[in-house]
Amino acid sequence: MTPLLSVRDITKRYGTFVGCADVSFDLFPGEVMGIVGESGSGKSTLLNCMAGHLTPDTGEVLYDTRVDGQRDTVQMSEPERRMLGRTDWAFVHQNPRDGLRMGVSAGGNVGERLMAVGARNYGDIRTKATDWLGRVEIAPERIDDRPSTFSGGMQQRLQIARNLVTGPRLVFMDEPTGGLDVSVQARLLDLLRGLVRDLGLSAIIVTHDLAVVRLLADRLMVMKSGHVIEAGLTDQVLDDPQHAYTQLLVSSVLQV
Amino acid sequence: MIELENVSKTFTLHNQGSAVIQVMNNVSFSVKAGECVALTGASGVGKSTLMRMIYGNYLAQSGSIMIGDTDVASAVPREIISLRRHTLGYVSQFLRVVPRVPTLEVVAEPLRRVGRSEEEAEERARTLLAQLNIPEALWSLSPTTFSGGEQQRVNIARGFAYTYPAMLLDEPTASLDAANREVVLSLIEEAKARGAAILGIFHDEAARDRVCDRELDITVFAPARAA
Repeated sequence: MTPLLSVRDITKRYGTFVGCADVSFDLFPGEVMGIVGESGSGKSTLLNCMAGHLTPDTGEVLYDTRVDGQRDTVQMSEPERRMLGRTDWAFVHQNPRDGLRMGVSAGGNVGERLMAVGARNYGDIRTKATDWLGRVEIAPERIDDRPSTFSGGMQQRLQIARNLVTGPRLVFMDEPTGGLDVSVQARLLDLLRGLVRDLGLSAIIVTHDLAVVRLLADRLMVMKSGHVIEAGLTDQVLDDPQHAYTQLLVSSVLQV
Repeated sequence: MIELENVSKTFTLHNQGSAVIQVMNNVSFSVKAGECVALTGASGVGKSTLMRMIYGNYLAQSGSIMIGDTDVASAVPREIISLRRHTLGYVSQFLRVVPRVPTLEVVAEPLRRVGRSEEEAEERARTLLAQLNIPEALWSLSPTTFSGGEQQRVNIARGFAYTYPAMLLDEPTASLDAANREVVLSLIEEAKARGAAILGIFHDEAARDRVCDRELDITVFAPARAA
């Protein structure tokens, strides 16, 4: 089986400071991978390098495109990469304000992504937008309201609807549940899990919340100072951590 | 079906003076299809640890753990995920679920993951929950608020929803009343009859004698304790 995403020796420096270094892994269709580590460990840098928001200094990000098979997205032209970002990829930001257009209605936010891939029939777009708002549990009568009138949890769900409406195969998530209160978090986790299972999505989730990765991710990568220090099956890494830092991380979680 | 050869396990506690704890040495045994084997030995001897190693939850330091054609000790995560989905079931003592998911879905999930339809999966879940005497009024609620015994029964229903060719059972009858214990034992007998290889930990001796074909005292694999 061809991996959906093959990351080869990605290194990104900020001047002399190492963002992330020598990261390699394969992600297969339907797999959900978590990346954990403390603030500044390089997990967001890595995510942004993979998603094309940052250009890595060295390394390849091979993506199995629908038409041409494996392509190195680092070497791709900007329009090609943007096209991927609008169709096959989705990026869920920690802060929904970074992923939504706050001055446009909820329906418009979802419809915009559809229009970017060529949808023009207003009725179809509205029907599809309504359908997706329903899937992320936003009442259809809120379709014409602006996201600025939504709660944080609703905004996050709207961002997910906007991202998934074009049927992406790979979803990048940067702390998708960060900043939400726990009851909203549980609802969002449940929603994400269902979507991942039913749509067969692959996803890479960056978070510092070990409980979130335990519930969502099949695999886990632990980062420290820009390097991957441990990787494996999520429950194995969390229950039988091998590296000193992972042991510290796992044993530092407060029990409720 | 389940075959262990020279399996060893140590825990290294880097943050506690790098203490190295040798847990077990050269474990070798096998469980055939249709056979039920009980792991025995005093508390703390490593029964659950061994189960978790077979499930891929703990890493083995050396040796091989074959489940069918997969060596859990050296498999990549993707292979273990597939193994857990299609071949190897594990009923632990604790239920771990996403908050807010209804009991019925929790139990149906293993079937949904192997691609069965929602109707079929939920039909099977309903049958199991009814068999295990979980009141129907609770099926649409999340099991997180259930009593300990109820949670355990939900966990068992979930573990038996799909017909795994190999199963690991960690104290499946602990803290159950007589009627429910009987249901669980018959589920185990059913699984044996269809050819599942079962490895279990049973503190309940009567249950052990009834469903298990032989016992394996793992004290023999424990390293000699330094005085």
